[in-house]
Amino acid sequence: MTNQLVLENLKHRWVRTLLGVLIIGVQVMIVLALVGLSQGTLNEQVTRTRGVGADIVIRAPNSAVISMAGGMPAGVVAKVQQQPHVKDAAGVLQQPGSDIFNYITGLDLAQFDKLTGGFRFTSGGELQGPNDVMLDTFYAGQHQYHVGQTITLLNHAWRVSGLFEPGMLTRIVVPLATLQDLTANTGKVSMVYVKLDSPANTELAEKQLSAVLRGYRINSMEEFTSLYSVNNVPMLKEFTWVVIGLGSLVGFLAVFLSMYTAVLERTREIGILKALGASPGYVLNILLRETALLAIAGSILGILLSFVTRFVIHNVIPASLTQAIVPFWWPIAGAIALAGALLGALYPGLKAARHDPIEALAYE
Amino acid sequence: MNNSGPLISIRGLRKIYHTGDVEVQALRGVDLDVQAGEFVSIVGPSGSGKSTLFHILGGLASPTEGTIHIAGRDLFGISDAERTELRKTTVGFVFQKYNLLPTLTARCNIEIARHIAHRNGPLDPQFIQVLKLLGIEKRLDHKPRALSGGEQQRVAIARAIVNHPAILLADEPTGNLDTENSNAVLALLRDLNDRLGQTILIITHNPEAAAYGHRIVHMRDGHIVTPQP
Repeated sequence: MTNQLVLENLKHRWVRTLLGVLIIGVQVMIVLALVGLSQGTLNEQVTRTRGVGADIVIRAPNSAVISMAGGMPAGVVAKVQQQPHVKDAAGVLQQPGSDIFNYITGLDLAQFDKLTGGFRFTSGGELQGPNDVMLDTFYAGQHQYHVGQTITLLNHAWRVSGLFEPGMLTRIVVPLATLQDLTANTGKVSMVYVKLDSPANTELAEKQLSAVLRGYRINSMEEFTSLYSVNNVPMLKEFTWVVIGLGSLVGFLAVFLSMYTAVLERTREIGILKALGASPGYVLNILLRETALLAIAGSILGILLSFVTRFVIHNVIPASLTQAIVPFWWPIAGAIALAGALLGALYPGLKAARHDPIEALAYE
Repeated sequence: MNNSGPLISIRGLRKIYHTGDVEVQALRGVDLDVQAGEFVSIVGPSGSGKSTLFHILGGLASPTEGTIHIAGRDLFGISDAERTELRKTTVGFVFQKYNLLPTLTARCNIEIARHIAHRNGPLDPQFIQVLKLLGIEKRLDHKPRALSGGEQQRVAIARAIVNHPAILLADEPTGNLDTENSNAVLALLRDLNDRLGQTILIITHNPEAAAYGHRIVHMRDGHIVTPQP
């Protein structure tokens, strides 16, 4: 009977109900989209790194996971190539590009193609001159660039020589030497990718390389890609929790306002229930059940909306952000929404429970 | 009627309200006995204290002074929880404005009173007969907005007596009804009293309505001005 009263109340005031569900849904969507973006963008980075096909990654001493500096001399590549079990090695230089999500990568294409087997082009072809640039189709599509067009990156004009399929290390490729000159990193690279004669020799090769390149960060591809986590990206975890906190606050305030007005609107009905012998606990129970239903419906809506945000992001800015769907976070986001909503309903609920029945029945 | 002792016994009942700094003496020493099965009409001008008397009898307000017993239970000084229990089990209310829950059907309005009193399950056959007597058995699946005033008040009466309360308190039950519906509702109340022995107290301004009672109690300025029988 209580559930029926709760459902009928929600149906009777359907605009308020829909707005409540929508606000909670947006709160849940924000949490899921943000968590999905963190994980999706990192996962995408991992996929592209693995796309190189290397077995070992070498970084300069004290460098971050995504190294943006020319931290080591390019001569390291030749030294690595001389080591046992090393089949090929390629040095790359990475520099911040047009936005924080897309860095520019300088490659010695002959060296890199030998290691990876080369890029798969959808139009155009490889770099022909020092001022050529290759783009992946996501980046080109997002910016509406095409082969032959001149674009500006790092205050430098580049001719688009070719568009390649995404999934290979980076979205923007330029000649290594040009990027070294433009960024005052002459003779330097950020990272070295190493292909072995057999993946089974990874551990052995790691030890050998560590002995030769003392202080350098040498990881197998598995180890290296495992470093791409929320915990290893500076401030991402804190940023996520701040946004979750703000989202919860908005949800709490929305439910508080919604339930406060609902209690005022239903003062007389609460008086009727009390005249029938309903205890304060009975009245509070009804309002909290209503809120819990709003929160559950809002959470389901939020989950559905997170699929919508993924669709929009994938189709509008595929090169900048990637949103993953993270089912692990569904119950967490739902619990956060439920807790915020119940907290928001508590004061209005207690106010309703304490209504004087005579005053409530006299309320017009 | 039951002559073993009064169902309601009130002695020296006083009620003082404080509105800001102003003290309002709503009841100034009321003495009243009501026997089980009696139908009593309480009449009086506005401000005479009859609504206050109802609120105290119904457990909606507490008395300031005096003694008040319903079925042998002393209501003076009882807690809020005990007054809630009183409303749940001992008293049924009928209001001038019907006060049905607008979101529920007539049936659910009746059933929620049972639910609050922890009485679940289907309505008992005896009560189905009462619904037939009230003439609403075919209107139970409609919401209040689809019912006429007379029908709504009959649903409110059904809701008030569904838990078999010792007393039915009706506050201006015909105040919002036309003459035809007023007469029908009053006749029903009298019928419930005659057939089921339901003790009924009604407040009314209408002398014709008051005449349906076994006796009429007049109130003025917080006192009962008619002698006890």
